Amino acid sequence: MRWFWIDRYEEFVRGRHATAVKNVSLAEEHLHDHFPGVAIMPNSLIVEGMAQAAGLLVADAIDFNRRVVLAKVAAAEFFFDAVPGDTIRFKAEVLDLKAAGSLTKVTSSVGERVQGQAELFFAHLEPGEGVPKLFETDELLRWLDQMHIYEIGRDEAGQPLARPDW
Amino acid sequence: MPSREEIFDKVRSALVDALGVDEDDVTPTATMVGDLGAESIDFLDIVFRLEKAFNIKISRGELFPEDVLSSSEFVTDGKVTPAGIAALKARMPFADLSRFESNPSVQNFANTLTVEDMVRYVQSKLAA
Repeated sequence: MRWFWIDRYEEFVRGRHATAVKNVSLAEEHLHDHFPGVAIMPNSLIVEGMAQAAGLLVADAIDFNRRVVLAKVAAAEFFFDAVPGDTIRFKAEVLDLKAAGSLTKVTSSVGERVQGQAELFFAHLEPGEGVPKLFETDELLRWLDQMHIYEIGRDEAGQPLARPDW
Repeated sequence: MPSREEIFDKVRSALVDALGVDEDDVTPTATMVGDLGAESIDFLDIVFRLEKAFNIKISRGELFPEDVLSSSEFVTDGKVTPAGIAALKARMPFADLSRFESNPSVQNFANTLTVEDMVRYVQSKLAA
């Protein structure tokens, strides 16, 4: 099992920006204890959703050839609580992208209201000592398909993204 | 070429954003690691912010020469050798390494870089 904190992308422009959605549901077990009778989506998990939305955007931009690791959460702010029934929309933007790392900005919104925002800094680790195998190709492709990346994704020129032939 | 004060202001702003420290903490003599709490990943973040703020390009290892500090050629028993000190000085003409030279243990190096060194580094890049 792995944690999925985004349900799918609605927009994905390679190396530039993406929008992903997360539907908050009372069926999620963690909400039963956070808090009993007053379920609130933890902002720490919203940061994880932000990181997944931006992290896949970055990993795709570097052809998945390095392990993209959330290294720093800078300037995170939250303005109200997301609750069951809300659809959180993550808008991720790549501010800077280099071989060794990337800086992204992500907002989370519910309807028209900005719920939170953060700058996320990713380190790109090269395969090798201390870095496990980058990914299982089947597993990664399943996730990318589930995220609808190759249905709605576009490259910088507006052309559909080609599904990798791993 | 911006003045030293203008450069300092932008460097301070970059450090405040990258390290989450108060503006008042970012004094010229503050050390990056000891006083401001910078960790290795922060240097990459700082490089990004300095590049953007000053429109400069910073090569890997230029600001923090981890390759010298991890080289068996330049480090013996955890201490940087005289040849290593020479290599560091050549790579980092902007940094005041005099204090480090008196106790050149690799661990000590992290506490050598100061905010003023960063300002001098940017000055040298802008003058190049």
